[in-house]
Amino acid sequence: MLTRIYAIVKKEFRQILRDNRSLILIFFYPVFMLILFGYALNYDVTHIKIGIYDLEKSELSREFIKTFNSSEYFDIVKYVTSPEEADRSLNDKTVQCVVTIPVDFSKKFYSKENASVQFLIDGVNGNTATIIMNYVNSATLGFSEKVSADILAKEGIRITRPLNIAGIFWYNPDLKTTEFLIPGLIATILMVICVTLTAISIVREKEQGTIEQINVSPVSPFELILGKIIPYIFLAILISILVLILGHFLFGLEIKGRIIYLAAGTILYIIAGLSLGIFVSTIADSMQVAFQLSTLISQLPTNILSGFTFPIESMPPFIQIITNLTPAKFFIIILRSVVIKGTGIEAFWQQYIYITIFALFFLTISMIKTARQRRTV
Amino acid sequence: MNSIEVKNLTKKFGNFTSVDNVSFEVYRGEIFGFLGANGAGKSTTIKMLCGILEPTSGDATVGGFSIKTQSEQVKRNIGYMSQKFSLYNDLTIEENINFFGGVYGLEGENLSNRKKWVLKIANLEGKEKLLTGSLPTGIKQRLALGTAVIHSPNIVFLDEPTGGVDPIERRNFWDLINTLSSEGTTVFVTTHYLDEAEFCNRILLINAGKIIAGGSPKELKENYIKTIILEIECGKTIDALTILEDSNFFGSATIFGNYIHVKLKENDTEENAKDFIVKTLSESKINTSRIDKISPTLEDVFITLLEKKD
Ligand SMILES: Nc1ncnc2c1ncn2[C@@H]1O[C@H](COP(=O)(O)OP(=O)(O)OP(=O)(O)O)[C@@H](O)[C@H]1O
Ligand SMILES: [Mg+2]
Repeated sequence: MLTRIYAIVKKEFRQILRDNRSLILIFFYPVFMLILFGYALNYDVTHIKIGIYDLEKSELSREFIKTFNSSEYFDIVKYVTSPEEADRSLNDKTVQCVVTIPVDFSKKFYSKENASVQFLIDGVNGNTATIIMNYVNSATLGFSEKVSADILAKEGIRITRPLNIAGIFWYNPDLKTTEFLIPGLIATILMVICVTLTAISIVREKEQGTIEQINVSPVSPFELILGKIIPYIFLAILISILVLILGHFLFGLEIKGRIIYLAAGTILYIIAGLSLGIFVSTIADSMQVAFQLSTLISQLPTNILSGFTFPIESMPPFIQIITNLTPAKFFIIILRSVVIKGTGIEAFWQQYIYITIFALFFLTISMIKTARQRRTV
Repeated sequence: MNSIEVKNLTKKFGNFTSVDNVSFEVYRGEIFGFLGANGAGKSTTIKMLCGILEPTSGDATVGGFSIKTQSEQVKRNIGYMSQKFSLYNDLTIEENINFFGGVYGLEGENLSNRKKWVLKIANLEGKEKLLTGSLPTGIKQRLALGTAVIHSPNIVFLDEPTGGVDPIERRNFWDLINTLSSEGTTVFVTTHYLDEAEFCNRILLINAGKIIAGGSPKELKENYIKTIILEIECGKTIDALTILEDSNFFGSATIFGNYIHVKLKENDTEENAKDFIVKTLSESKINTSRIDKISPTLEDVFITLLEKKD
């Protein structure tokens, strides 16, 4: 049995190494993803230059201005004294946003009318403008919540939060890029690579007919699948290391927790991805179908359901249950705990189990399906 | 005990019957030819016998093991070369041999001895490092046969091994088959080159999933071709053919290279026909230089059998 598995592993390694084009692609893909996502979607716009146009100059307005001053997202660079000066400052880029506080700000606020604050944002770069708008909105809402709670408390009324503001935005202002983006990216990259590569490697053998020669030999489905998986585990580990190194140099990522926890989680996750790839190969008959199916089945859930781009807590309850179908959700939790927070195993041991169950499930189905297909070529 | 015994083997794909209630046996050590046109059901039969396709009904024993209940033992005792080329084009000759050797559990000295043997019979010594994809079809097929028998099986199945191979390489390939057979391996081979079938000890003709005839090439010719075939060498071959066809004296008349072949009607004698030919052609001022009785080919047998069916 070992001779047979070893023969398959060796052959698979040879084929991977001989196919230079795919190999370059496999290593270029994570680099590309990290740079693209890391920079194009860098949601850490910090030190936004803010101009203040305070028409009221009251205690409340100063309180409000302090919200901006105390955050690393904003730098108050100047106080303007006229609408013209505000325009000028935006045009010559000395500020990116002007906050105008009206004369009746406190009056309206305390009389429980809606007090409004005006923001003028430099809209040349639409993306940045949106981000700035989200930041100032959230800062404002935070302020208004805090102050109204104070006021109401004074009047003896306790309030519950009317709505969860954090969920409104597609970013979470409390988190940083590395903490938020990198775990999601690692999960996506690994999943896509694992699923696609195994699926293609098996379907190619079906398409070219070489699988028939293996089926007629004493190799069992278990031996075949194991032989196919082992080389890709190594490849995926190399890619994980590459991603971590890139993350370190591009985004200052550092592993706070124990490497062994990270390695265990990553290997389990890789095996889960490979199992899914093998499952895809039992469904797809052509390389093209295999490729499309694997990108769909790996990328979509990993991006959408894992909490990578949309926070799971803000999803409808039904969708929240569905998110449990993607191992990426659990892997991201492991990554955040080990890499970012450096917590101990008590914070994520359950995630290990979830991922293992996922992998075993798909491995078993694939083995049963492979055994059946062998008799019905 | 026979190498292969097939009993009422049937394979249906939906409503379509690809192999229809087939029974036959293959003797130990013989070269057994399985002949049929495209879609006759040859590959389907082979795949069932190799244990990679489940029969709809019927059973067979291969090397004494049932293909239905003991397919794993069957697999250990056979070699199989599929109709589609199934070595890895992106691996070298040696890597392919190593891989298939490993898959059959060979290692160490055992493996290197067998590797030497494969390279020798495929005539590829010194070319171990060549990429398999770069080899011409004929050589690829020899290598494929070598790897198919790397584990020294008692029985080997070859599914159209000479498809797309040039005539000289086909000769070499058949030499290889003869070598295997002389070493005691039972060879089950399909082909639709009828000239190759002459090299088989026994053949089976299959058409639309049903067996239509079987026996040694000699038996088949004797049993199915009762009429005499004459080969005529004469001037103005085309004109002569038209004249002979129009005379309605023969069962059929065809051009065969530079000669004409005529099939006599059932009760005609050779002498009678020879006289008729010389006389008829000389009337048109065509000179006949030679008339010989020739032995029928398997092609003649096959055509006769298919004509009979229609
Ligand atoms: N998996 C399948 N599903 C449906 N029909 C099939 C399947 N495999 C084979 N057939 C049909 O069964 C018939 C016999 O096929 P088979 O491959 O056995 O023919 P063959 O004698 O090997 O022909 P060839 O000389 O072209 O290789 C064909 O009509 C083919 O279309
Ligand atoms: Mg065939």
